[in-house]
Formats: sequence, C-alpha cells, structure tokens
Amino acid sequence: MNFDFSDDAKTMRESARKFLDANAGPAVARKAMDGNAPFDAALWKAVTELGWTAARVPEAHGGLGLSAEESCVLAEEAGRSLAPIPLTSVLAATEALLGGTDAQQARWLPGIADGSVIACIGWGEGNAAAPSGAKAQVSGGKLSAVKLPVADLLGAQLAIVTAKGPDGVQLWLVDLAAAGVSTSALETFDLVRRSGRLTLDGVAVEALGDAGFYQDWLDRAAVLAAFEALGTGTAAMEMTVAYAKDRVAFGQKIGRYQGVKHKCADMYIKLELARAHALHGAWAMSDGGAGAAELRQAASAARVAALEALAYTAEETVQLHGGIGFTWASDCQFYYRRNRQLAAALGSKAWWSERLVRALEMRNSAAA
Amino acid sequence: MDFNDTPSEAAYRAQVRGWLEANIGDYREPHSDDWEGPDFVRHAKIWQAKKHAAGYTGITWPKSMGGQGLGPMNSIIYNQEEGRFHAPTGLYAIGLGMCIPTVFTHGSPAMVERYVAKALSGAEIWCQLFSEPVAGSDLAGIRTRAVRDGDEWVIDGQKVWTTNAHRSDFGIIVTRTDPTAPKHKGLTMFIVDMHAPGVEARPLKQMSGGADFNEVFFTGVRVNDSHRLGAVGDGWKVSLTTLMNERLAVGGKRANAPGYAMLMEMAAAIETETGPAISATTVRERIASIYIADEGIKLTQMRALSALSKGEAPGPEQSISKVVVAKTMQDMASFALDLQQSSGIITDGGNESVAAMQMSYLGAAGLRIAGGTDEILRNIIAERVLGLPGDMRPDKDTPFNEIKAL
Repeated sequence: MNFDFSDDAKTMRESARKFLDANAGPAVARKAMDGNAPFDAALWKAVTELGWTAARVPEAHGGLGLSAEESCVLAEEAGRSLAPIPLTSVLAATEALLGGTDAQQARWLPGIADGSVIACIGWGEGNAAAPSGAKAQVSGGKLSAVKLPVADLLGAQLAIVTAKGPDGVQLWLVDLAAAGVSTSALETFDLVRRSGRLTLDGVAVEALGDAGFYQDWLDRAAVLAAFEALGTGTAAMEMTVAYAKDRVAFGQKIGRYQGVKHKCADMYIKLELARAHALHGAWAMSDGGAGAAELRQAASAARVAALEALAYTAEETVQLHGGIGFTWASDCQFYYRRNRQLAAALGSKAWWSERLVRALEMRNSAAA
Repeated sequence: MDFNDTPSEAAYRAQVRGWLEANIGDYREPHSDDWEGPDFVRHAKIWQAKKHAAGYTGITWPKSMGGQGLGPMNSIIYNQEEGRFHAPTGLYAIGLGMCIPTVFTHGSPAMVERYVAKALSGAEIWCQLFSEPVAGSDLAGIRTRAVRDGDEWVIDGQKVWTTNAHRSDFGIIVTRTDPTAPKHKGLTMFIVDMHAPGVEARPLKQMSGGADFNEVFFTGVRVNDSHRLGAVGDGWKVSLTTLMNERLAVGGKRANAPGYAMLMEMAAAIETETGPAISATTVRERIASIYIADEGIKLTQMRALSALSKGEAPGPEQSISKVVVAKTMQDMASFALDLQQSSGIITDGGNESVAAMQMSYLGAAGLRIAGGTDEILRNIIAERVLGLPGDMRPDKDTPFNEIKAL
C-alpha cells in the first residue's frame, strides 16, 4: 500500500512551500488588496519561471509532463499562501485542456507552460445556478452570454466557459482576444483574488470535449479545489494556534483553556479528515484504472470535506482571535473571506453532497 | 499511489487466508455464543491455542519473547483477514495488547519466563487494573495503596472499569506506594494474581446490558516484591507504556460495526409521505457528512498503513482516530434510529439493521469514554500535535496526601 504522494510530488511541495513562504503570505495578500492590479505580476512571472504551470503540460507541448499529483500539491500551496496569482485557475484549466483535441492542445498548452497564457474558468451566470445549470446556449458555433463571477478573468488570455451544446452543458474555449468579447471588474467578497464579468456577444467558440467530459472535469477540478481549500484552512489553523500560544488572559496563555484548545483540536480533526479525502481524490485522478472508477465519489467527498473543514477553521480563526480578529488590520479576514470565495468557486457544499450520495448509490447498486 | 499489497505482504496475506479458510470452522458465520455467553471463554481459549500453534500470535513480538519477529504490516494483515470472520478474539486484546508488552518492557527475565508464553498461547488471561472510582482521566490520582512488609507488599483499595477481571488469571495493577510524594511520583506497578485471597471482582452491568467490566476490591492482598514491574516510584512511567498500547488497541473501528452503507440501505427501505427517506435532501446531506467521517477515518488509517508498509512511523494524524470513530458511531446510529420514527425504540422488532444501530448507539456512549475520553483526546491533539500549552494542574507538585480539591 502506498497511499501517499510520490517523492517527486513531495519534492515539488517542499520547494513550492519554501518559495511561497518567502514570497507570498498575508502581507503580500494585503498589498494586493490595497492595490488595483488584477494579480501580482512579478510573483506570477517568478512562479511560471519555476515551471509550476508547465508541470502538468505534456513534454510535446513544452511542459514537464508530470502527473496530477503535482497539480494537487501546487493547489494546496497556492491556497496556503493566499498568493495573489491565477495559479489555481490555470491548473484547473490545464486539466480541461488535456481533454482537448491535438490542435486545441497545440494552440494553448505551450502558452500555459511558458506563462504567456493565463486561463480562467467561467461557469456562473450570476443567478443561483449550480455548475450544471448554465442557461447559455451555443448556436452555430457562436455564444452570447454573460458569465460571472469569473475568477482571474482580468489579465487572462483564455476563458473556458460552460454553455449548452448538443448533449447538455459542456465546456467551450473562448479566445479573449476574439471579436465580441468584453470584460470588466466585478466587486466580490474576496478582496485579494479578483473576479470579473465576461460578456460574450456572438463570439466564436470551440467545443472542449462533450457533456460527459465536462462532468469528469468537474470532478478533477473539485480535487484541485479541495487541496486549495485544505491549504487555506491549514494556514488559518496554524495562525490561530500560534496566537493561542501567545495571547494571555486571566493570567495564562489562552491555549491552556479547553474552550480554546478543543476548538484548535477540532480544526485539526476536520482538516485531517479532509486531507485523507483529498488524497483519495488525488489517487482517483491519477490512477487510470480503479481510481477512475472511484473518481466521482472521491472527488465529491474531497470537495465536501474540504469546504466543511475550511468553513469551521476560517470562522473559528476569527472567533479565537477575539476583537482584534474582526479588525481590517488583522489577517483573519483573508481566510474568512477566502472561505466564501472557495465555497462559491465550484458549486456549493450542498450540491457536492448530493453528487456524493448519488455516486454512492450508483456504486451500491452496481455492487448489488 | 496505490492500495495494493507489496509482493511480500501479498504472500503473507495468501498464507494467512489459506490457514483461516482451513481452520475457521464455525466462526465463518456470526456465532450465537456472544461475549456474554457461558461458552465464550472456552471458545476463545481453543481459538487462541490454535492460532498460537500455527504461528499467528505475537506476530510483531521479538522471537526471544515467543513472538514471530515480523513487522506491523503482518499483524495488520492477519487482523484484517481474521476480521472477515467471527472468531472469538476479544478476550486477549487487553492482555496481549497492553499487559504483556508492559511485562516484557519493564519486567524481570524471571517474569518473562513465567508469564509471556502462557499468555500468548491463551492458557492464562490478563486484565489491566488502572482506573478507580476517584481517578479515571486523572489516572495519577489513584488511591489503592501498596505497603511494604518484608519481601512482600500488601495491597488495599478498589479498581473499576476493569474489563475481563472476573475471567482473568493475572492483572497488572498500579498502586500508590508513597503518599507523601507528588501524585505522579509515588506510584508503583505490580503483577497481581487474580485468584489470590482478598481479590474480589464484581461484574458491573453496563447501560448496554452487557457485563464485561468489573469493580475489583483488594483487601490485604499480598504480592511478592519479585512481582514488581519497574522501580518503586516508577509506576507512572510504566503505566504510560500500557496506555500507549491501549490507544492503539481501542482506536480502530470493529470490522463488523455498522457503517454508512448500512445507513443508506436503511434510508432506502423506509417509505415516507414523499417517497423513500433517502430521496429527501436533509437525509442525503446527513449521509454525506457521515460518509466524510466514516470513510475519512478509514482513509486516514490507510495513510498510517502506507507509512508502516514503508517502514516509517505513522504521522500524528492517527491521533484523530478514536475521537472520530466513537462520535461518528453515535451520530450515525442516532440518525438511523430517527429515520425509523416510532419503531426506532422497539428492541424486539426483528429488524437486524435496527438492532445493530441500537447496539451501536448504546456502545458508542461507552466508546467515547473508554481508553481516553473525547475531552482527553482533544487535549492530547492540542498539546502533543499542535503544541499548545498543557492544562493548569494545581495539584501536580503537591505531596499526594496534602492535595485538597479547589
């Protein structure tokens, strides 16, 4: 049994953590919040030079040809560091492009690998629709729609959006330089990671896979999103534990009180359960045989567990910091707000819970 | 990443499976002779002796102790395979899991010679005499006294929650030998003969109806100094060896315990005004959240097995196991019984799943306490894994006989 990341993935995780510890974190997030740039361009340049966007791209398209495990560890580190760069959008988009035609891969993947192409994902349409609920419809190869919120849209060259095709909702490639595309900034809850509004007016789009592929991609994206949330939650827990070791009340460190330390223990418990499910998702995503058969179940569970752990951790992080945690100057708000961002980014916990139970029912009936 | 055995693990599993298939006999199916049954001890002894003769006891123990000298994966594989059947194994879990490892870690060569082989073959049964009416989570507060009298010690006091004391031949007992020392410093551990004059085990009926644990009274019980485990005053250190082994033994979930799959079957079978219960969103969300905990612990244990399989120590995440298993068991059973509406309280209704959930609901209340309460385990996670400071212990440095409750 080897239910753990490969040595290569672990090495990648260590070097990513080291780099982001030095170059990202709450102070860098605050700078991004206070500025107007869509993302931190200098940090993004450094990250692409380190080959993080190339990791998953096949060698034939200028990448390193590494496995999904490397994308998982990078997503976790991106989440952990709050880095104001479009890395997780690009990782999810890469996972989609890998299902594209040879021509589509040749058109977009080299740019992903060398950092000249930033890709974003747009499935929302501003109503309360879930990931499968797009109303926009492609007709005659053209799409007119408003997609929002689209994280990391501003500064991107490629958008991968959902719209109905011949057999249901699926993914479409939108070259953001094409005629009929307009983008604008959108005010959202997360003040570090920017989102935008994408308006398409009769824009020529290309199908990326079919409706079945979209569902498969959602699972893969959910695993990556689970690692991102896990990273963010773990960073929040660590900040809270450090505070509880330092802050004094009633003549002792607050970390001595069970009312405080048991909440920290519960953060750990929820995050470790989430980590086990996320790792299961990473296995299901990388293993073509037994793993592929369990992907729907593993990815849904990873998403639900990660959102549950992050919500608890982010909320109790503010709580355990007390009044200072509610101030603008405290770093707590980054985790609290990011929790909402990640909860909304790929369908809600309720939506993924339903998907999980449906997957379990299908497996049970197949086994019966 | 994979969930497969290594070639040597697969070979050992095949060997174990072959032996079990040939020898499991009546234990292939659930047995009518349960934990309380009069034949339980007889069955357990026969099964243990059979395993022992075939080389499936003391799998990880050194060969010098009569063990097999194999790695933790071998032991885990054996338990996984045996767990597919219904063999009577519980009787030896405490003796072989906690007591005897303490004996061979801290005992004399003469003790090892006298006790280890007979415990391993199942001929002698052991219990662990730690908790007292006034000292459970705060174990170092025990009051049972041992007073030196020449070559002997005289023990007086009361132990409680002692699993299998009424069936045991020997026990390891922690006593207070110096009431003038601070609580952790005045303790000493002994091996005690459970058939000695002055030992009386009275089974305690549990709220689940069973009676596998006891209160045990010691009145002028004499123990030779040769039966001391570790130095005088070192009892706390010695007991930590036992407790470390205990959390490993209590942490996992029983192979046959109800899980999310049984909950889903039950929810699918119940008709409500709006269709099967499992079609309701509220029910589905609860199933999802129970799955996260139930399957999450299984996956967390896989992480530990992967470390063991590679010859590494499991990570700190193992510390979440029991606290999650016990509470999830309670939550799942409670929810499953809620779904039964008014019939959830009927205990002679003939529905096996309902009966299993009812037993699980009762058992979970005990499991949340046994081997470290939920609260103590959260302290351990917070202090040892996250490095938070320990609770204030105002009595820690006070001589035991001067401690007053605040």
